[in-house]
Order: sequence, then structure tokens, then C-alpha cells
Amino acid sequence: MTQHPPVRTYLLVAAVLAVITAVEVSLFYVTVMARFLAPLLIVLSAAKFSLVVMFFMHLRSDHRAFTGLFVGPLAIAIAIILALMALFGAFVVARP
Amino acid sequence: MTTPHEAVIGSTGLDHRKMGVWAFLGSECMFFGSLIATYLVYKGRSLSGPTPHEILNIPLTSISTFVLLMSSLLMVLALAAVQRGDALGARLWLFGTPFFGMIFLGFQVYEFATFVREGLTLQVNLFGASFFVLTGFHGAHVSVGVVWLLTLWTLALRNRLTRADALIVEIAGLYWHFVDIVWIVIFTLVYLIQ
Amino acid sequence: MTRGVWGWITTVDHKRIGILYGVTAFVFLLVGGFEALLIRLQLARPDGAVVSAGTYNELFTMHGTTMVFLAVMPLNAAFFNYIVPLMLGARDVAFPRLNALSYWIFLFGSLFLNASFFVNAAPNAGWFGYANLTAKQFSPGANIDFWVLGLQILGVSSLIAGFNFIVTILNMRAPGMTFMRMPVFVWMTLVTQFLIVLAFPVITVGLILLLFDRFFGTNFYNPAAGGNPLLWQHLFWLFGHPEVYILILPAMGIVSEVLPTFARKPLFGYPVVVYSGMLIGLFGFGVWSHHMFTVGLGAVVDSAFAVGTMLIGIPTGVKIFNWIATLWGGRIRLTTALWFALGFIAMFLMGGLSGIMHASPPVDMQQQDSYFVVAHLHYVLVGGSLFGIFAGLYYWWPKMTGRMLSERAGRWNFWLMFVGFNVTFFPMHFLGLLGMPRRIYTYAGGLGWDLWNLVSTVGVFILALGILVFIGNAVASLRSAAPAPADPWDGRTLEWAVSSPPPEYNFRNIPTVHHRDELWALKAGRAPVEAAPPPPREIHLPPPSFYPIVVAAGVVLAATGALTHLALVVAGALVVVFGAYRWAFEYRSSLGGGLRPPSDASPRGLRGQSPRSSGPR
Repeated sequence: MTQHPPVRTYLLVAAVLAVITAVEVSLFYVTVMARFLAPLLIVLSAAKFSLVVMFFMHLRSDHRAFTGLFVGPLAIAIAIILALMALFGAFVVARP
Repeated sequence: MTTPHEAVIGSTGLDHRKMGVWAFLGSECMFFGSLIATYLVYKGRSLSGPTPHEILNIPLTSISTFVLLMSSLLMVLALAAVQRGDALGARLWLFGTPFFGMIFLGFQVYEFATFVREGLTLQVNLFGASFFVLTGFHGAHVSVGVVWLLTLWTLALRNRLTRADALIVEIAGLYWHFVDIVWIVIFTLVYLIQ
Repeated sequence: MTRGVWGWITTVDHKRIGILYGVTAFVFLLVGGFEALLIRLQLARPDGAVVSAGTYNELFTMHGTTMVFLAVMPLNAAFFNYIVPLMLGARDVAFPRLNALSYWIFLFGSLFLNASFFVNAAPNAGWFGYANLTAKQFSPGANIDFWVLGLQILGVSSLIAGFNFIVTILNMRAPGMTFMRMPVFVWMTLVTQFLIVLAFPVITVGLILLLFDRFFGTNFYNPAAGGNPLLWQHLFWLFGHPEVYILILPAMGIVSEVLPTFARKPLFGYPVVVYSGMLIGLFGFGVWSHHMFTVGLGAVVDSAFAVGTMLIGIPTGVKIFNWIATLWGGRIRLTTALWFALGFIAMFLMGGLSGIMHASPPVDMQQQDSYFVVAHLHYVLVGGSLFGIFAGLYYWWPKMTGRMLSERAGRWNFWLMFVGFNVTFFPMHFLGLLGMPRRIYTYAGGLGWDLWNLVSTVGVFILALGILVFIGNAVASLRSAAPAPADPWDGRTLEWAVSSPPPEYNFRNIPTVHHRDELWALKAGRAPVEAAPPPPREIHLPPPSFYPIVVAAGVVLAATGALTHLALVVAGALVVVFGAYRWAFEYRSSLGGGLRPPSDASPRGLRGQSPRSSGPR
């Protein structure tokens, strides 16, 4: 059985997750950030996503096979989301 | 001779069921990815009816998001307890996790009921349809997880969950955390980025 | 082994499940074939009056749906089930009860889908069900509901099997069997399973959206409310294109086993063939809109998908070169299995060439929705997949049944199918170029289509005769007294190391593998001779279970409820939950009881059970 992190690590990760969530919600209300909101939020939630996957789901210290089984399909899913958004005109810049 | 709840180690040195669950979670990425893609493709394309801006309640959903995130913490505590043979801890956290899950679901039910009352239904526009289908299927996944964890909790209550069962608790945990990370994505893409 | 019908109902033995898949799928091959015969009879002459237009729509829809989901996929599954564990040196798959569940869901789902005929509501909007013809407004009957629910059920079956085989192949290889020593059939199966678990969720979502539109009044595909029917096409083909690789890769795997065996020469360029298979699988996710060139996606998008499609031709072509190189310089034994494999190469090549023609958007503008596409798809699916499956049938028949098929009848089988197939489908290239559209129930005379349609219909009867010859061959073989040897072909892979058919436990001792083509190495004295360990006193196998069939019944009961009464949906769900709980605790003595060693497990008074537990020991 692989080494498991101590409970302290889990509590720390949970605290970081809570803080990031608070930051995200705050950003939502700070209108001056509006133009950068989307990329910032995506980065922040990607960070939360990774923390849960790497620490709570133990992927960081587990066998690489699990990482492959998960990250491969995840990458394809993200590619499909982006492709469909592009095909339906989500990335077309409106003409002035 | 192996008993079915102990680890069955295969040629990779890994357990069959853990490997199966990770393959399943990969597949679920494609499932939720397609639902999220549908939501994003139809974002801003509704011809009428309530818009996200008018109807989404960020403070409320922030709380339920926080609750679900914390439930993942309780889940890892539950697994740690089972792994070290801590029966009391196992019982506590194996109840706490689905309990938090049920709080999340309670918030969802309240939210859905409020939205319907305010005019957002499955039929009224594309936002309603894609929102309820996406979050509805996520909620269904949470519900399955709640039932699963409560079942494990009843085993723990009867002192029938031993160190040897750590793997099945871990697998339930992987499913639970996955449901949580899907919500992280939904909260960002649906609620925060309007 | 449990006796009788109950034994088959509760089996978790991969070999029995393989036989169940094979027999069921073959029956549906005949059903789909019969639908094809009716189609060809209707089209034999202009102004055909064999069937009505409405019936014709049901026929081509069900023919396609049946052949893809109820015939070819489960025929492939029959081989995955029977052969892969043997090739790996394993005693069974990773999750034997899930394996049984996959079969029963497949069977009940197939029956559900075909039950639609009995209520005069067979699916009728094509196997690809384009929106928004499938909307309640334009398809008010239950036809499309049967289709949506039926496909969802079948999808669950495939997904479950996908997870099972991924874990089996990754995790149940015999000691010493590294990935690069696995038989190519196992490799192609592995890639296919990954394609299944990645592609099926996408169509699941597409079907869910359609289900919600039809049952709950949403407007996902309704343009009047801002919905976009193209979303369906994208979701469908994001699944649909990987699906065609799901259909063909196993056949490529079979051919990669048959050719070296009967050329008496190892597969040329094994690593290249393996990597090509993986590349085909991966690229298969990037080309889906080549089915949508005529939809108006724009030049940039069309070009991108055109390039991707042409690129896929490369690994495919590479495989063909490797197969030819395998034959080159070999000492060829022209068995029926090899004939079918050769037929596969030639016919798949032709189908691939017409496919590459479609890859060019301007060319496809002329070919889309014409009989040229019908020609292409049948060359790859019949000339490719079906011929590959028949190669596998002739190759592995002795192993699975313990009997030999007649080689003489086999040659009649092959040539009737080969000639019949080409007479049926080659003229369709001409028909397409002469402008005959797909999915028309009849056509006027004097358009220049009469002759080729008649020729094609004659051809399909020759093809059907070939299939009948196979059935006769099979029946005669099963009745014959002559038993097949363990290794009738001088095989290379582990399934030939055990008796025909294998004992229930497959291998007395799990083999240790030192080579690709381990059996040839053993027979040639190139493998280290180890003192055979004493056979184990007890071999532990998973016990039978009836929860798989129970859960499967619950699933289809719920689907039936969706068409009839909500109470049945609830009932079906309850059956599923009940079955799942009993399943989960099957090896514990009672809910909440302690772990009971399986040697105490007496499966509900079934006779003839020896103590079992799972695991490849």
C-alpha cells in the first residue's frame, strides 16, 4: 500500500480549497475584474480540481496507470468541449 | 485463496477494482464533458425566459459548494480511519460525508424549486433545459454516492468494516471526489462565468 | 459446472458468455440480413411494391441498427469473451459477474428494440436518427422512443464490458506477458474497449437530450426555440466515427492472428501494427465531421476534418502493408480462415479507397447521401468486419466447439459470400455516381438505375446462400463425432495450448510467457523448459450468480415502463437496486455479516458447485 499523507495534509488542502472558493466568489463581485474574470476563474477552479485529484484522490502518489486512465479521457473531454464551442461560434469575435 | 473484498492484485501490481473505477471515472469525464459542452454551446442562445444573471443565486450556491468541498475532506478522513482500524472514526466520517452530501442535495432541491417558481423550467428556454439536465444528472450522481456511503456506514455501525475493506472505502471515495470535482467545474462555468 | 438452463442463466464463465454472445448475435445477423433481403427485393425493379414507404423506412433503420449494435459488435464481443482470457493465460475476465450482466443487458435490449416490430412502431428515422425528424412533432409514434431507449440499454451493456476488458487486459496477463508480447488480437481489443468507454458516453448524452425533448418538452434540438439540430449530428458522430473503428479493429486483430498462422511466419512489423492500431483509435476522435461535409460548416472546418481523415489512411495503409509482408515469403496454407482474411484485406482496401474519396469535401458533396456511400460502408463493414469475423469463426471454431468445420464447405461458404458480396455492392458505386440517393423506397424507371439495382439484388441472394452454407457447415460440424485436436493449425498463441474446448479452468497451471508467439517458441524448443509444477489440488473459479440476469431484467423493465406506465419504471429501478445490493453482498453471509471464506459459499443450493473464489491464481 502506498504511503498515505498525514491527516494534517488533508486539512491543509481543505483549507486551501476553501480559501480559493472564497477568492472565486469575491472575484465574482469585483466588477473591475470583469474582463479577466473568466480566465482567472478557470485557472482557480483548475487549481481546486487538481488539488482534489492529486491529494484527496491520491493520484499524485499512486501508480502512473491511474493517472493515464483518468487524464487521457479528461484531455479528450476538454478537447471536445473546446471543439464544440468553436464549431458553434463561441470563439468568434463579434465585428464592431 | 482470496476473499472477494480483499485486494485482487494483477499483472500491474494494482487492484482490479481500483483500476476499473479509474477507467469508469475517465469515461464519466466524457459523459459530463458532453453535458457541459451542451450547456456552453447553448449559453446565451436562449430566445426568451429567465437568464442566468436574473436567476442564479451566487451566495446560496457558494455555501452548498463549500459544503460539498468539505464533504470530500470528510471522505478522506473516513478512509484514513478505516485504514488504521479506527472504528469510531470510520463511523463518524462515513456518516458525515453523505450527511454533507445530503445538505448539498437539500440546497439543490431548494434552488431548483425556487427557480421553477421564478419561471425557469426545463421547457421555457435553452438555459432551463441545459441547466437542469446538467445539474440534475450531477445531483443524481451525488444521490447515488450518498446511498453508497450510507451503506458503508451501516456496515461500519455493525463493526463489519475492517482494515481489509479499506479498498472498497477508497473506491467509494474516488467516486465521491469525482462528483465533487465535476461540481467545481459546473460552479465555475455555470454560476461564476455568466 | 451447473447443469442445464439454470447453468447458462447463472454462468459467469467467459467461455459460456462468449457462446451466448455468438449465438445471439448470429441470430440477429440473420434478422438484419432478412431486413436487407426485403430492402433489395423492394429495390430490384423500379416502382417496387414489395413494401410500403413507411415499412421501407423501418427496414433500413432496423437493418443498420441491428447490424451495427446487435450483430457485428456482439459477434466481436463473442471473440473478446471466449478468446482474450485464453490468449492472456488467465482463467476468466476481471469481473465475471459484470461480464454476464453485459450479455443479459444486450439480450434484453435487443429483444426490447425488436419488440417494436410487434407493436408496429419499429424505429424509422435511420440508424443515425437525425434531429429534428426525431422530434415528437415529426415522429409522434413510439418508433423513436424504442430507438432511443433501446440504444441506451445497449450502450450500458457495451460500457460495462469495456471496463471489464480494459482491466482484464491490463491486469490479468500471465507472468512474463509484457504488453509487447500480447497477441495483436488482444491489443486491438484493448484499443476497441478504450474507444467504447470514451465514445459511448457522448451518444448517451445525445440520446438523453433527445429523450428529454421527446418526453419532457425540452428544446435541445428544436430550431423554433433556438435549439440546433446540428448539435445532435455532432454528438452522434463524435460517437459514430469511433464506433466504426470499434467495428473494424477487432477484425483487424483477427486477421493479424490468422495471417501469420497460415503463412507460418510471424506477423511482419508487430510493433508497427500495434502502434498503428493505437493511432487509428486516437485519430478516430478527430475526424467526426467528415460525416457532415454537406451541412455547411465552412471551408476552414471542412479542410481540417478532411486532412484528419486523410491522415487516418496512413496507419491503416501501414497495417495493410504489414499484412502483405507477413504473407510474402511464407509457406501458405489456404484454409478457409485464411481465405476470409485475404478477402478482408482486398475488400477492406477497396472500402478504404472509396472512403478516402469521401475524405475530400468537394468530392463528398457529390457522394453524400448517394449509393456510393452505401457501397463504401458495406465494403468496410461486410468486406471488412464480417469477413474478419468469419475468419475468426473458421479459425477458432475447433477451439470453441471441439469440432472441425468442413474446409470443403468452407470454400463454398467463402466464394459464395465473396462473389455474392461483390455482386451486391460493387454496382452501388455506379448507382451512386449515377445519382441514386440513399433511403428512397423506390425509384422511377428510365433513370439508368434499373440494371444495377437488379444485379445488386441477385447478388444479395448469392451472399445469403453463402451464409446458409455456413449454417449447414456449422450444424454438420456440431453433429459430427470427430473431435478437434487442441492445436489443429500449429498455433502461436496460448489458447492452442489447452484442449478443444478448454476445461472450465482454462489452464491447469498459469503459464509463464517468454516470447511473443509463445507457443511456436515452446514447440521449437526456444523456450526455457521448466519442470512442470504439480497441478494445484483446487482451482478457484468465480461461482455462478443469478444477480446479473436480475439486474438486466430490471433495466429493461424500467425502459418498458418509460413506454407504458411510470409504475414499471419504478418497479424496474427497484429490481435493479435490489439486484445490485444482493450482488454487492453476495460473498458476505448476510447484510452486515462478517466476511465468510468462499469455501462456505453454497450458492443458493445450486448443485455441482465446488468451492470457488476469484483471482488468477
